[in-house]
Amino acid sequence: MTYKTDLPVMLPVTPREAEPFLRLSLWHAIPIAAVCIVGPSLAFAADGIAILSPLAVLANWAPLLLKGFVFNLVISISAMGLGTAAGAMLGLGQISPNRAMRGSSWFVTQFFRNAPWLVLLFFAMFLLPFEISILGLKIPFPDWFKAILGLSLPVMANVSEIVRGAVNSLPSGQWEAAESLAYTRRQTLWLIILPQCVKRMLPPWMNLYAILTMATVLASIVGVSEVMTLTGRALSAEGGRPELLAPFYGFVLLLFFAYCYPIARFTVRLEKKFSVIT
Amino acid sequence: MSWSPSEPMVSIKDVHKSFGDLKVLNGVSLDVMKGDVICIIGPSGSGKSTLIRCVNALNDIQQGSILVEGQEVNDLHLNKLELRKKVGMVFQQYNLFPHKTALQNVMMAPVRVLKHDKVEAEATARALLKKVRLEGKEAAFPGELSGGQQQRVAIARSLAMQPDVMLFDEVTAALDPETVGEVLQTIKDLAEDGMTCILVTHEMGFAREIADHVYFTDRGVIVEHGPPETFFKDAKDPRTREFLSQIL
Ligand SMILES: Nc1ncnc2c1ncn2[C@@H]1O[C@H](COP(=O)(O)OP(=O)(O)O)[C@@H](O)[C@H]1O
Ligand SMILES: [Mg+2]
Repeated sequence: MTYKTDLPVMLPVTPREAEPFLRLSLWHAIPIAAVCIVGPSLAFAADGIAILSPLAVLANWAPLLLKGFVFNLVISISAMGLGTAAGAMLGLGQISPNRAMRGSSWFVTQFFRNAPWLVLLFFAMFLLPFEISILGLKIPFPDWFKAILGLSLPVMANVSEIVRGAVNSLPSGQWEAAESLAYTRRQTLWLIILPQCVKRMLPPWMNLYAILTMATVLASIVGVSEVMTLTGRALSAEGGRPELLAPFYGFVLLLFFAYCYPIARFTVRLEKKFSVIT
Repeated sequence: MSWSPSEPMVSIKDVHKSFGDLKVLNGVSLDVMKGDVICIIGPSGSGKSTLIRCVNALNDIQQGSILVEGQEVNDLHLNKLELRKKVGMVFQQYNLFPHKTALQNVMMAPVRVLKHDKVEAEATARALLKKVRLEGKEAAFPGELSGGQQQRVAIARSLAMQPDVMLFDEVTAALDPETVGEVLQTIKDLAEDGMTCILVTHEMGFAREIADHVYFTDRGVIVEHGPPETFFKDAKDPRTREFLSQIL
């Protein structure tokens, strides 16, 4: 039985596929950033006053900001390196047959994993001396170095969990086969277990790196001359013109996006690849 | 520790084992002479795996004694590595190392554990792969092999350690029916070469053909045992009969 109607409420309901409210992708980010950066210049050009347009100001400062960004990358890579080395050891501690070792590694891991990164950064900043003297030799501890140490603490804790999780995700049959072939525990770990874990650890490790890179701007709060600090200085050197805010911070966003997005894409690719193989 | 081949190679006496509150072995005793092939059958959960895993100390026991070539396994100061060099084990799930090729799987333990020369170990490994009829698969990774092929690599891997006794825990249970035969054939070849074997199996025809002695376990005890001719023909215990009637 059907009858004609113009009333939409009377029409049969065809369920539509739920669509995300906003479908944003990489290709939307570029025009959005472009509007942020260029938009104010256009508005400004219409006024036609004879001082530099925001875009021209940004162009003047861009080399310095880029240098600042490179410093962020140096901080992120160093903190990642240090944190990974320490975290790998801590992670191995978490799977140690020694109970005390396991317990203390677990505690340290949980402690630093559940601490705000900024608080850890402040701790590193204000608890570490500005220099240490070994045998009369004074080694300075500059702020950026303390920032690296401070940021490497949460990295360490997260890497520790990544290692533990990867080792535990292997079937116990791998340990048993190795045991029954008279491998020592150490050999089992290094020849059989860990080589299989590398693949599983890589995607979460890269994720962590992207998060760390974005977190390096926290160092601006403790006075390290990274990109956010320099942006702030540039803006105040330009007299705090409000129309400069969007282009300048838009530029910083674009830098981080251009660096972190490919890492995220690559991580997803790896995850897919490995989930098919294993 | 003086063991002579006239004594049992593996001597299990009154072994008790529990996991927490769960009693899994309730006084199991059996002897295996050099060159013997014994089969352990029984319902799932009756403790067959646990029993043979105690022989190479993958599980520890709470009470009783297990002697392997005169060496007491139930001993806090046991050198497990030395024991495991004498006792090979093959698992239901093969447990090959997936990141290594078939050849590497076989030659790795001799090189790393026994410190054998690499060139010699490789030659031995190739010969073993040939013996289990896997010539040409040396460079294949486990993921590229069928279940039956993987299981034969696992057998070769165990043999490469030159064990005196081999433990097989339902090694055909996870296999596709068409590859079961090739693995059983491999074990049969081994038995004919005089290898001492302890097999947990559900393959009754195979047990009948190959075993010197068959043990039936239920709820952690050996209910009945005997040479296959009498065991399969006239089992005395009703539990054995029921089990055999279900399976045969
Ligand atoms: N590591 C373990 N922890 C706790 N219980 C276990 C463990 N291994 C085996 N069991 C239990 O012991 C019993 C016997 O298991 P198993 O020896 O594997 O039997 P079968 O090999 O005869 O099927 C089962 O009830 C099983 O759940
Ligand atoms: Mg079992």
